[in-house]
Amino acid sequence: MRQLLALLLAGLMAFGVGIGAAQADSILAMNPEDTFETPEQLQRYEKMINDLRCVVCQNQSVAESNVDLARDLRRITRDMILAGRTDAEIKQFMTDRYGDFVLYNPPLKPTTYLLWGAPVILLLLGAIVMVSVVGRRAGESGDDAEGMGENT
Amino acid sequence: MKSWKYLLPALAFLVLAGFFYRGLFLDPRTVPSPLIGKPAPAFQLEELRRPSETFATADMLGKPAVLNVWATWCAGCRQEHPFLMQLARSGEVPLYGMNYRDERGAALDWLQRLGDPYEKVAYDPQGDGSLDWGVYGSPETFLLDPAGTVVYKHLGPLGPTVWEREFRPRIAAMQGSPQ
Repeated sequence: MRQLLALLLAGLMAFGVGIGAAQADSILAMNPEDTFETPEQLQRYEKMINDLRCVVCQNQSVAESNVDLARDLRRITRDMILAGRTDAEIKQFMTDRYGDFVLYNPPLKPTTYLLWGAPVILLLLGAIVMVSVVGRRAGESGDDAEGMGENT
Repeated sequence: MKSWKYLLPALAFLVLAGFFYRGLFLDPRTVPSPLIGKPAPAFQLEELRRPSETFATADMLGKPAVLNVWATWCAGCRQEHPFLMQLARSGEVPLYGMNYRDERGAALDWLQRLGDPYEKVAYDPQGDGSLDWGVYGSPETFLLDPAGTVVYKHLGPLGPTVWEREFRPRIAAMQGSPQ
């Protein structure tokens, strides 16, 4: 009985080590930090893969996703950085294939004017409403003050 | 009293609801392809069934052509396969395939069991060729004109409805004005 237990335990431990090794393996594959020559390259890499949308799993970035395509795009990003390509060239490479959709930061152009302009437009609308409301209240303030005085 | 002002929030709500209603019928998986109207990206890959041969983008030129990206692990590909067989039998347009992130054995087995509708099939186990085509989910089907320009891309299983609506008129237009 004890022997059996020991065997079982040994088996479990071996299994655990196996899992640990497999995890270490996949983590290495996921983080190609070691392959960069300078910290600046690593920084550019991290920024780039976080700015790219994974087109398969649309609400994740290329950095977060673990699908094959995202992994390939990470590899390509790394290779392009190591090959001395600029960020603009990498983004061009991505948009040539997947369109602006792949960028979390879409470029400013006629089709995106509304997208980029919307916050300003909403702010202006809010300002107009506020000014008109406040202006009217200010105009009525005499009556209001009297009314309030009577109430209290 | 300017009573119409009280209708403004209701109006704003209706506009927003209109947008949301429209959104219900849009497919968020459909990403507009930047390839439309551009020359088909070049690839040169092993032929799936004849490993000693290569299949390149140039092989599809001269006629309207359809390139179908498929894999044996892809449920939608299984779904559209009978239609592809039917299309191949009709001889309407040459049908080419790109086997995407798959294994040769499994792919050959699939073609043997379900039928082989393709003139040529590119074997792309690493997804290198399909990456240049912006493939991100199979099945994807591209329509090329005789000069090799990408005219249309369909995402998802191909069927008679889509074929009638999107592919056939475009092919007819190409044949109407030979290059």
